[in-house]
Amino acid sequence: MTRRIDHSEAASRFIKAKDHAEFHDRRLWDLRGKRDRESAALPEWEELRTLASGIKDHALTHLAEYLEEFERNAIANGATVHWARDAAEHNQVVHGILAARGAKVLVKSKSMLTDECDMRPYLEARGIEVMETDLGERIQQLDGEPPSHIVVPAVHKLRGDVARVFSEKIGTDPAKSDVHYLAESQRGHTRPYFLEADAGMTGANFAIAETGTIVVCTNEGNADLSVHLPKLYIASVGIEKVIPKVEHLGVFVRMLSRSALGSPITQLTSHFRRPRPGQEMHIVLVDNGRMERLGMADFWYSLKCIRCGACMNTCPVYRRSGGLSYGATYSGPIGVIIDPTFNLRKFSSLPFASTLNGSCTNVCPVRINIHEQIYKWRQVIAGRSQLPIVKQEAMRAAGKVLASPKLYRAATEAATTSLSVMPRAVAYNPLNAWGRQRELPGAPKYTFRQWYLKNRAKSSSRTPPRGDGPGSKSK
Amino acid sequence: MSSRDDILARIRAAQPAPTALPEVPAFDSADERSLAERFRAGVTRMGGKVIGAGSADLDELVRELHKGARVVASATPEVEGNRVLSAATDPASLADVDVGVVRARFGVAETGSVWLTDADFQVSALGFLSQHLVVLLDPAAIVADMHDAYRRRGEFDAAYGVFMTGPSATADIEGVLIHGAQGIRSMTVVFREQALGDRR
Repeated sequence: MTRRIDHSEAASRFIKAKDHAEFHDRRLWDLRGKRDRESAALPEWEELRTLASGIKDHALTHLAEYLEEFERNAIANGATVHWARDAAEHNQVVHGILAARGAKVLVKSKSMLTDECDMRPYLEARGIEVMETDLGERIQQLDGEPPSHIVVPAVHKLRGDVARVFSEKIGTDPAKSDVHYLAESQRGHTRPYFLEADAGMTGANFAIAETGTIVVCTNEGNADLSVHLPKLYIASVGIEKVIPKVEHLGVFVRMLSRSALGSPITQLTSHFRRPRPGQEMHIVLVDNGRMERLGMADFWYSLKCIRCGACMNTCPVYRRSGGLSYGATYSGPIGVIIDPTFNLRKFSSLPFASTLNGSCTNVCPVRINIHEQIYKWRQVIAGRSQLPIVKQEAMRAAGKVLASPKLYRAATEAATTSLSVMPRAVAYNPLNAWGRQRELPGAPKYTFRQWYLKNRAKSSSRTPPRGDGPGSKSK
Repeated sequence: MSSRDDILARIRAAQPAPTALPEVPAFDSADERSLAERFRAGVTRMGGKVIGAGSADLDELVRELHKGARVVASATPEVEGNRVLSAATDPASLADVDVGVVRARFGVAETGSVWLTDADFQVSALGFLSQHLVVLLDPAAIVADMHDAYRRRGEFDAAYGVFMTGPSATADIEGVLIHGAQGIRSMTVVFREQALGDRR
């Protein structure tokens, strides 16, 4: 049976590397801040979100028609269209295309779908060299790790880590961790691959039904280099990526990079429609569990995701636990609601990696109700007894206390007293999980019940004096 | 059953109740600057630069912009350069190009993007293998925002087209912004009216 991912155990390892954890938190919060500035600068932002959500709803509720239209147009453009039910079939199709043409070297841009399908090891085992050309994805490939973030794959690493990986794998000077030097080294190392590769590959941000176009949004130029040089181009596309018309791109492109990185647009928004003369273009349309999700009344909205990562950047749990702690291709809030559809048992702890603060839902450019879905997954998991043992025990205890007014009063009164009298070292010691990584709120002088009994129980019309209520900070 | 038919059948079984396709309205910007000024600000923000050319000799202007350049490959007849391009050029042969020159069909004020197609590049790799790119743009050919850009439906019949916004960039290591990731290291947009004779 698949091992259950223990998110909190993995997160506690992440937090131990203090410099890394602090930088990670700061860097992602900075992206969130930039996103806020960009969205606030567009008066129509909320309307764009509604439009994006509506277009995706429509496309997903007419998905079969739009996929057929996309296929028809792609074929008319001169592309070959393949369909894959699952990851294994995707990998077989891609390998089949490469092997039939004797391709030995594949350059590719970042694609979460190929990560989801575990394509790299499959191809490598069959003698094909796969070169990730996005800087962050390449760092992760060389370090033998999956991406930790869907937009910035190596965001959990510091420059020293990259210097170590590059010195071991591509021969840079281990003493040099200057970021410009590292990026320039990768550029120099990657360029000959673009010139000599037999095949190039991209994912897709959008697939346009009315034109059969693959749209790829990137910053580094590596996707275009992967397409414009080799004689063979393969695009792997999740079937939920199809949108009806070219004009709909205006809505999505305006929001994608603003949500992801806080820039008005990616440096490159590329539209691949027909192969160049002498080039072959193949499009692989992949299901891999998406249709099962489409049929789930509470969860199909997650298919609207455009993979901007805004929900990850804003999530306090993601920022403080790192993407790798989720043990899945998709991490953060969006991962938490997607991953259980792949394997409920393996990913059953993930929906608990959330504070349910709703921030993910508020920043989502396509208005996915992420935090509500997280809550619903918890119910599904608890209902199927997939709760981790510690949580089951805690829930049983909490259930008892919450069900008994007397026990509840005793518990809250004890907590109030102990929070105000216990020395700092007791609250912030390694044994108290709630004291880690956060400041506990000041304890109220008395519980709500004590306050109520004193102020309201006798004359219920009296207005309590200001600053004398529960939780007040007045001293 | 083929995978295709199987997937389509399962989609039809799973599809939630149909919802309507919303109309995308036009959005007016409150920005009072001219389209050219907004475009210039957009390009600058994304790490590129915009210069006016007046009636200057464009070959000279390109040489002046990139003094050390040895190979200049131009996809527009307005600049001669010293490397001949044609649709038959092997893309990999452009690996030594220092400066690529191309004329954009239009620009987008909101983002500072220029729209370039395979026909404009002659060889699309020119826009990515070149170390630097000089883009000629008629300042009268700037639309307000990305909605206007995508409503120019005929443009998207191109085999390949790209909204390029500044040079290639990455911030994948510690968020440090680097211009010149895998593609061009710099982008200069030159405002120059398109002479009638040069119009395609």
